[in-house]
Amino acid sequence: MSETGVIHDIGYQRYSGVRLGRLALQNSLFVHGLRAAFGLGRSAKAKIFPWLVFGIMLLTAVILAAIRSQTGQEFITYAGFADSMSFLIIFFVAIVAPQLVSRDLRAGTLPLYFSRPLRAADYVFAKFAAMAAAIWLLLGVPQFIMFLGAAFTTKKGAEGVFDELGGLVPAWGYSLLWALTFAGIGLLIASFTGKQAFAAGGIVAVFLMSTPIVGVLASLPSTTANGLAGLASPMTLIGGIGYWVSGGSNGFDLPIGRFGPIYAIEAVCLIAVTMLLLLARYRKVASL
Amino acid sequence: MTIIVTDGLTKTYGGGVTALADLTVAVDAGVIGLVGANGAGKSTFIKIMLGLVPPSGGTVRVFDLDPVVQTDKVRARVGYMPENDCLPPDVSAAEFVTHLARMSGLPKTAARERASEALRHVGLYEERYRQIGGYSTGMKQRVKLAQALVHDPDLLLLDEPTNGLDPAGRDAMLSLIHRIGSEFGISVVVCSHLLGEVERICDSLIAIEGGRLLRADRISTMTEASDVLAVEVADGTDELFAALSEQGLPVTRDGRMLLVAMESDAAYDRILRSVADLDLNLHRLDQRRHRVAELFTKKETADV
Repeated sequence: MSETGVIHDIGYQRYSGVRLGRLALQNSLFVHGLRAAFGLGRSAKAKIFPWLVFGIMLLTAVILAAIRSQTGQEFITYAGFADSMSFLIIFFVAIVAPQLVSRDLRAGTLPLYFSRPLRAADYVFAKFAAMAAAIWLLLGVPQFIMFLGAAFTTKKGAEGVFDELGGLVPAWGYSLLWALTFAGIGLLIASFTGKQAFAAGGIVAVFLMSTPIVGVLASLPSTTANGLAGLASPMTLIGGIGYWVSGGSNGFDLPIGRFGPIYAIEAVCLIAVTMLLLLARYRKVASL
Repeated sequence: MTIIVTDGLTKTYGGGVTALADLTVAVDAGVIGLVGANGAGKSTFIKIMLGLVPPSGGTVRVFDLDPVVQTDKVRARVGYMPENDCLPPDVSAAEFVTHLARMSGLPKTAARERASEALRHVGLYEERYRQIGGYSTGMKQRVKLAQALVHDPDLLLLDEPTNGLDPAGRDAMLSLIHRIGSEFGISVVVCSHLLGEVERICDSLIAIEGGRLLRADRISTMTEASDVLAVEVADGTDELFAALSEQGLPVTRDGRMLLVAMESDAAYDRILRSVADLDLNLHRLDQRRHRVAELFTKKETADV
């Protein structure tokens, strides 16, 4: 750069084109966030971990599809895929959530956003949607690969394909539940610190530390405590819902008994509360 | 054209801290200097204009719009450059400014075009494809200015734009701001605690202290020629002082200079004649202009 500040005199052009509304801003921030989640438009370093996790998931799905087509055996169901990948999902959230929110806090970019027509709520919705979509893709794409493998090698013709589709679509819904819950918790934790490493550590800690609590509760002699044990951790919470909804064929093998609806209510409340807390957090940040 | 009007604008933060107290001012388009010490309320004033903080009392109108109610309309016409560091290190300036252009509602292609335009106007060329983390402070300040300019605002709010720059960088930044104000047709509010810096480029000046308005006026009226002639001679200042006093001219001494209150143009001739009569070497005879800073020091002492 020339420190003397020489500027070619081409003249300043005023802009008279369209200015899009807040919905378009949200959408644009969502796409930006979704790309950033997979390191697109970022440095090569930012791509390593998301694609490592995604690669492992894809590889697993391909192997499962291959086994399925060769032996006809279904080792893991579509919905069960999300359950068995839960630790990779935590890893992914711990990498991506700080990328989406801590980075803006760290660099102090937020005043630039909030001095524009964008509002705190727009920012929160766009980031949440981007995070949830990223997790959903992480699960949904491998599930789709499993479906393709099964559908092309089915021996029952069209009927077999529809059978598989009947398994895939609810599993996609189940993945969405995983995505919404984990996105909310991950973003909320990450929004409290500008340091990406701290945020990642915090996310892993919250998810993993809650697992022993489940273990302790599950080993208590009371069946009620055993049934409610899964509520203590986000992973077992979602797993419990999967178990309840599928009638015991999917999800974690928890003795949830008749407490299924409570699991569902807690999941809905959890998502709502994380959203409200995020909104409150960014209302405060937005006033600089 | 009046662009900013406030009437009795007051902002009290929770805990009883008064950031702005009864600020009433009307600002014309142009380059406006907003001066005051740290904590005088400059940043609060800017935040209120952006609709980030609601005022606790009084009214403010920017382009005859209320920032509290018509926030989006105001923000679409205003560009803001914050004082603090606000750039992520791991993206290129071109990408970052494009993203923020889109956040101002520009469509994709327009955003990209205007981003490179804005970066060109602030003097960043090929460097704009490099990651911001590797930029010098001067380049970072330029990127911050470019992002404020990218959506073609009618008013720029610049919070301490020369912060952290070396003297050459300061001059470059100030001439850039002056250029934006004079050639681009964009009004600029420049916040600074350095009066000497902004008075060079501003059309008008608002001085605040402790949240109160000290003075708001056009620079030209502030620096109006005062009716004082400054006379400086090589030696014999004393003799000249005596000679002038004898003629009934009101003379005061100011170090090596004599200050003569100018009652009419004839004063020039009378001083010259006296100097010639005494056979002195005249070094200087000029009409004194107040520097803006002097006005404020006077005013401030009066306030205290």
